[in-house]
Amino acid sequence: MSKNDTPITRQKFIEELLRYKRGSISRRHFLGVTGLGTATAVMAAAMPGLRPRPAFAGEIGDRVVLATWPNYHDESNFEAFTKATGASVQVNVFGSNEEMLAKLQAGGSGWDVFVPTNYTITTYVGEDLIEPLDTSKLPNYKADAFEPRFSDAGTVGGKLYAVPKNWGTTGYVVNTKHTKGKALTTWKEFWDITKTDFSGRTMVHDYQLTTIGNALKYFGYSFNSVKENELADAEKLLLEVKPHLFAINSDYQPSLRNGDAWMSMCWTGDGKQLNNDMPEMAYVLGTEGGEIWSDYYAVPKSAPHRDAAYALIDFMLDPAVNAKEVKAHGYPVADSRTNALLPKELLEDPILYPAKELLDALEFGAAATLTDPNRAELLARFKAA
Amino acid sequence: MQSYSTRLFLLAPATVWFAAMLVLPLIVVFVFSFGERAAAGGYVPALTLAQYANLPARFTAFKNTMTLAPLGTLAALIVAYPLAYFLAVRASPKWRTILLVMVIVPFWTSILIRTYAWIFILGGRGIPNLLDMIGIEGVRLINTPLAVLVGIIYGYLPLMVFPIYVSLEKLDKRLLEASADLGARPWRSFLQVTLPLSLPGMATGCMLVFILLMGEFLIPAMLGGGKVFFVGNALVDLFLQSRNWAYGSAVATTLVVVMLVTVTLYMRLMSRGANQRDDVGIF
Repeated sequence: MSKNDTPITRQKFIEELLRYKRGSISRRHFLGVTGLGTATAVMAAAMPGLRPRPAFAGEIGDRVVLATWPNYHDESNFEAFTKATGASVQVNVFGSNEEMLAKLQAGGSGWDVFVPTNYTITTYVGEDLIEPLDTSKLPNYKADAFEPRFSDAGTVGGKLYAVPKNWGTTGYVVNTKHTKGKALTTWKEFWDITKTDFSGRTMVHDYQLTTIGNALKYFGYSFNSVKENELADAEKLLLEVKPHLFAINSDYQPSLRNGDAWMSMCWTGDGKQLNNDMPEMAYVLGTEGGEIWSDYYAVPKSAPHRDAAYALIDFMLDPAVNAKEVKAHGYPVADSRTNALLPKELLEDPILYPAKELLDALEFGAAATLTDPNRAELLARFKAA
Repeated sequence: MQSYSTRLFLLAPATVWFAAMLVLPLIVVFVFSFGERAAAGGYVPALTLAQYANLPARFTAFKNTMTLAPLGTLAALIVAYPLAYFLAVRASPKWRTILLVMVIVPFWTSILIRTYAWIFILGGRGIPNLLDMIGIEGVRLINTPLAVLVGIIYGYLPLMVFPIYVSLEKLDKRLLEASADLGARPWRSFLQVTLPLSLPGMATGCMLVFILLMGEFLIPAMLGGGKVFFVGNALVDLFLQSRNWAYGSAVATTLVVVMLVTVTLYMRLMSRGANQRDDVGIF
């Protein structure tokens, strides 16, 4: 096993160590396991030494709680925010939109800002869990700066509920050292190779939308299908593949980096981050299609620190801050002002901006998939099998 | 003697606590288990047995729990007993305190972080890597039932060590002397005196570990890669992902019933064992 890993250089080691430090252990772990994000917040609050100390307690309070996705921010931006406002940023990381919705439905999440994906926003509005944004508190938000297809899901019934964070795709990342020179290009190959050469080396998301969606793609069905017979096919494939999986987890970078896993379903930025550090990591969009998505910032109705929430969102929408974010996490933005600040090679990067014919095959997630009881139960059954 | 009203008054806080924190939630779970999932997830009142009828869909989770919980308890007992014996009987008093503290110290760190360390120990760059160096190739530990078992033994060891330690520590040394005087070799003294007398400690330890293991979800999730699934994991999923509170409640109710039955049987068995020993003692 170790033969497959090149010896780690000292510099690499330090880099990896810093990376682990950036995503704190408890967060990663919790994400991987349960998504009990609030517990993380409790833990962080219980260990004052771990919490960044605000220079002063400003007008917006001393903290803001952000629920977001793994490897999705530049920590130094949070530090700058704390320095500027006095509010420290507590981050809870989640691996699926379902977890976020479940937390908000259960109540008492304590979140001020969270990052829902395009297709979930109508459900949050329908369930009365988020409130329309007061744009007067978001001077950095300029609606016409955003590409409409990545920003229009934030508006429901003519009211603005969420502002765009990043967009991206869901493909897979594969360690090409193990593919014997063969370039993978399809979802069919992803599932087939998992059953053979990659047995015990593949990871899938702990997330119904992508794991079921990309299994549906094996058969050429829609990524968003809720048809019973098509879901039955997907379930059959998933159950067949399950013994060959390394893990079911949405936080896949650690296992891919240490060589335990060779391939995983993967979001744009994770693909970019992995490829930056390990050029043998190739990011693949299945030619059959898959998911294109756009994430947003939104404020739950129950937000305890509302002023801090607006301050944080506005801070993150500042093109200079946003550009720093993109450079750190490698997810594209739909904001033309931010793109103007980014280096040309990033704007032409094939991982961030895949070829048109690959993009054209992708689908945005559909609201029905989030609430469909069959899809939810299918994934739970697959995991429990 | 206290008056009836004083007793009532003194018992009130515990009773209220018990009712509000245990009985009430259990009733809620029981009632929910006959309901249905709301359209966007959650709970809507109903009166149906559909959730219970769907229980076979979680059969593997129950099977894994009912296999690995007793197995983990047994393994923890086997590892803990010699340790407790050494601490209570063999270690010098000076060292005993230090060693006891060393058993407890890891508990000052969160179980998450300690289990996370095992991910690295059992992962490709940990033990398998070392085995690889001495020529044993292709060993895979992380994300297997064995990894979960190792995590369980590690995580629950102190819970097993301490009850056994206590029962061994207060063991009357004169009984061993008497046994030796009567010609028993040390091994026989251990089997016929020490072991039976430490049985209550073992029983307590097993009960503590087993009950907690039945609800375990952290270790299987972390060291099993989401593939070794316990009922606890099924519950986390049902409430925090698929948001099917009704079905989740049915699974939870079933788990409570399974646990009650198992523990009752276990206690019956233990008390019968104790009675038998008393009989032997009398005659």
